[in-house]
Amino acid sequence: MNNNLKILVNGLIKENPTFVLMLGMCPTLGTTSSAINGMSMGLATTFVLICSNLVISLIKNLVPDKVRIPAYIVVIAAFVTMVEMLMQAYVPALYASLGLFIPLIVVNCIVLGRAESFAAKNGAIPSIFDGLGIGLGFTVALTLLGSIRELLGTGKIFDFAIYPENCGMLLFVLAPGAFIALGFLIALVNKLRKS
Amino acid sequence: MEYILMFIAAVFVNNIVLSQFLGICPFLGVSKKVSTALGMSGAVAFVLVLATIVTYLANSCILVPFGLEYLRTITFILIIAALVQMVEIVLKKASPSLYQALGVFLPLITTNCCILGVAILVIQKDFNLPQSVVFAFSNAIGFGFALVLFAGLREQLDFSETPKAMRGMPIALVTAGILAMAFMGFQGLVK
Repeated sequence: MNNNLKILVNGLIKENPTFVLMLGMCPTLGTTSSAINGMSMGLATTFVLICSNLVISLIKNLVPDKVRIPAYIVVIAAFVTMVEMLMQAYVPALYASLGLFIPLIVVNCIVLGRAESFAAKNGAIPSIFDGLGIGLGFTVALTLLGSIRELLGTGKIFDFAIYPENCGMLLFVLAPGAFIALGFLIALVNKLRKS
Repeated sequence: MEYILMFIAAVFVNNIVLSQFLGICPFLGVSKKVSTALGMSGAVAFVLVLATIVTYLANSCILVPFGLEYLRTITFILIIAALVQMVEIVLKKASPSLYQALGVFLPLITTNCCILGVAILVIQKDFNLPQSVVFAFSNAIGFGFALVLFAGLREQLDFSETPKAMRGMPIALVTAGILAMAFMGFQGLVK
């Protein structure tokens, strides 16, 4: 159990997909215009990560080495399609605002990266924890970035007003703000990691 | 005229990288030198146009008539993965010089989200085949344009003194942000 906890923390902090591995930058930048969008994107990715890690760790001995990447992609795409349909049915508003980025979880390097580097080498239980850890690390990063952008841009966090909206810098909700906010956030993390 | 407007909109106004956030990984990954950026743009343009045509045909000839739209994501990603492999094999035999220029970048393209992104966008926007081809081509040019511009800026960045924590990725991201801000100036150019 202790070992599994270590895997979980490893994904959350030491190998945080956004701040340390710098993978999956497209959804990180594209869906964090508000905290709630960032968080739901993170959770959708977490679900796909856990399920695909579990299935891939179970089938790893059945799949011939040469076709393993296409096989993994099919497994991932199946779960992404499930998430897509579930979100379309139960949270249509969220589905509309995340739009294109839901099907694009398939090509998120984090998911295939974990399948290849962790699930293909480890058993089912550690793979679930790895998926959970990496997924939560991604969710935390996206929620943080989303909150910062929402706060600077509109003066709210999770739609809760902190200061009047007309004092906000609209730029941070728009495309350039995503790059700039993430740049400074990674710089801050770098600084904290050094000391 | 319609196609020209579409081209301008895709390259400048709704640039695929700087305002739609597709293909950020290669944008940040292979933009250290202008020459590699050019190679990557060439490979992306080639695969993007080809993949859009094939996925468009697969969607309208197979998925829609049989009511299998829910399999779109799986089908498209498999088509793209297979296509990239095939392009690599054909290029190796048919044109070794082109293969040398683009070869290294081809395997990276399968996980480039701008390919799948454009293929899905074409379906969502309900384009017909010629429109899709123009849309794919203009987005490829937009991608290349942003990538080469950014690579030029990054070559200069290496010579400037930046604070330790900002070195590498953070300063590149901030630069990309300023570039995106410049592209915002084109907004309103095409309705």
